[in-house]
Amino acid sequence: MLPNPQNMQGIADAMALSEVKGRSLWADARTRFLRNKAATVSLVLLAFVTAFALFGSLVAQWERDFVDFTLIGSNAYKGVPSLETGHYFGTDNNGRDLYARVVQGTGISLMVGMVGAMVAVVVGTLYGATAGYFGGRLDGVMMRIVDVLMSIPFMFVLILMLVIFGRSITMLFIGIGLISWLDMARIARGQTLTIKNKEFVEVAVATGVHPIKIILRHIVPNLLGIVIVYATLLVPNMIIFESFISFLGLGVQEPNTSLGALINEGAGSMQYGTLWQIGFPLFFFVVTIFAFFFVGDGLRDALDPKDR
Amino acid sequence: MFSFVARRLAVAVPTLLILVVISFVLMYAAPGGPFNSERPLPPEVLANIEAKYGLDDPFWRQIVNYVVGVVTQFDFGPSFQYKSRSVNDIIAQGFPVTLTIGFWSFVVAMTAGVSLGIAAAIKQNSWLDYLAVGISIGAQVLPNFVMAPILLLTFTLWLGWLPGGGWNGGQWQHLIMPVVALSTSYMASIARITRSSMLEVLNTNFIRTAQAKGLPMRRVIWKHAMKPAMLPVLSYLGPAFVGMITGSVVIDSFFSTGGIGTFFVNSAFNRDYSVMMGITILVGALTIVFNLLVDVLYAWIDPKIRY
Repeated sequence: MLPNPQNMQGIADAMALSEVKGRSLWADARTRFLRNKAATVSLVLLAFVTAFALFGSLVAQWERDFVDFTLIGSNAYKGVPSLETGHYFGTDNNGRDLYARVVQGTGISLMVGMVGAMVAVVVGTLYGATAGYFGGRLDGVMMRIVDVLMSIPFMFVLILMLVIFGRSITMLFIGIGLISWLDMARIARGQTLTIKNKEFVEVAVATGVHPIKIILRHIVPNLLGIVIVYATLLVPNMIIFESFISFLGLGVQEPNTSLGALINEGAGSMQYGTLWQIGFPLFFFVVTIFAFFFVGDGLRDALDPKDR
Repeated sequence: MFSFVARRLAVAVPTLLILVVISFVLMYAAPGGPFNSERPLPPEVLANIEAKYGLDDPFWRQIVNYVVGVVTQFDFGPSFQYKSRSVNDIIAQGFPVTLTIGFWSFVVAMTAGVSLGIAAAIKQNSWLDYLAVGISIGAQVLPNFVMAPILLLTFTLWLGWLPGGGWNGGQWQHLIMPVVALSTSYMASIARITRSSMLEVLNTNFIRTAQAKGLPMRRVIWKHAMKPAMLPVLSYLGPAFVGMITGSVVIDSFFSTGGIGTFFVNSAFNRDYSVMMGITILVGALTIVFNLLVDVLYAWIDPKIRY
């Protein structure tokens, strides 16, 4: 007996139905992330801060290194923030426009955070994945190196380097690059240890894929979730790190500035009543750090399968 | 246990040596000697001075002398800037101050952080919990160099309650703001770690058993939950120690307390390399010793660790 064509059609329809468009892991994560209100708001805030750093100078009425000599010494009452004079955030002790300086400071702080995170992602991930994948003696040596580097008080060594090789932003980037990858290497190694025993890696090994290719093609993409989370959480730490050095006056040098340097300047002059000098940089500092922490937390909830 | 300590020492000692060598090489590579000034000294005088400080020796002898001096006699050599003083004098003057601030910050961060964390865990989802979580999130974005100006602004400029700086032999009024500024963010981290690990421990079976046999809550917490819950806190103490000793650089120079941080920053501006190196190595040694202690303590407390 021939099967009823109508029934067959029904089965075919049902099968087509069961093939609903699958949601990818990333789409899943995005939904989870967007459900987290604090993280979503923080992401928007971060977009604003970034836009402020990138395009804020377009609205500035004054050059950031223009010294208005008529304001020096009378900053407390003439340098008050106002829309009329074009000094939206007021002026600093040297009669420079604080708005333009905060724009630049925010930019430099963000850049420092990004550079630190980039180095951590590239160097840390590859280092950790290599150590974890090969294991054995190589792993022991590579991780011992990380241990040794981690137990050095880096802030002090970095300041020593800044003093010896000159205080420049390049040196600062090098210093931050030197330390930022250590934690990431550990995390990546730990993850790699679990990934490398999965079947797809075994298949790759069995079919004779080159180890370097296995690391790049099979291990690293599977690390991405956790790497992104920790990179996001690393950014605020790097910003704090840089601000710490700039606060001491040892980081970014005049006429350039960063949020740490601006906070230091503001803290030095707040006794004269020029509170805007500390208020505006502090506001952008706190908002940026807060937002990064919340976004990082949101990403962790969205991407890290452990806490689900 | 003995072999565990020995193995940790086998890592700690080379780390310290590497730190000494790195800082010496950095100093040696620095352009310009410490006695190059705008008005050049007569060559004979310069030669004499360099001979006094041993700067005319070949590189390898200088480094061997330095390392031997540091290791055997704890001697960091003379300061290049304060002519008649050695680095040891400077450390001896500044270190007690830093140690006092650091000690109290540590005590405050630990007691306040742990109690806040435990309270939040016991009364989960109460206003106390939200307050604790709020504080620990807020304090995370207030590192010491942000806390210090805010405190100064509030308590010295507006309220006029506390002196804005100085040390005055370690009077408590001079101690409050540095300690609070230094300990806040660590207190927050400790509170967060304590809260989450305490929550985890409170959900385990042995706590349920303890409650089921009718023990009062206080006894359950102290007798049964405390020890396992404190383990993550213990492992955070190492990083907290490093952070506090680094933070003291900001605190010392912001509140002009005269601790080693003040000297470190001053010598950074004066290019007084020997003082900088001395302090860096001292801090490194302290860090390594402290981490070693924490590791040993951890292995001793946690029965799960096989050494």
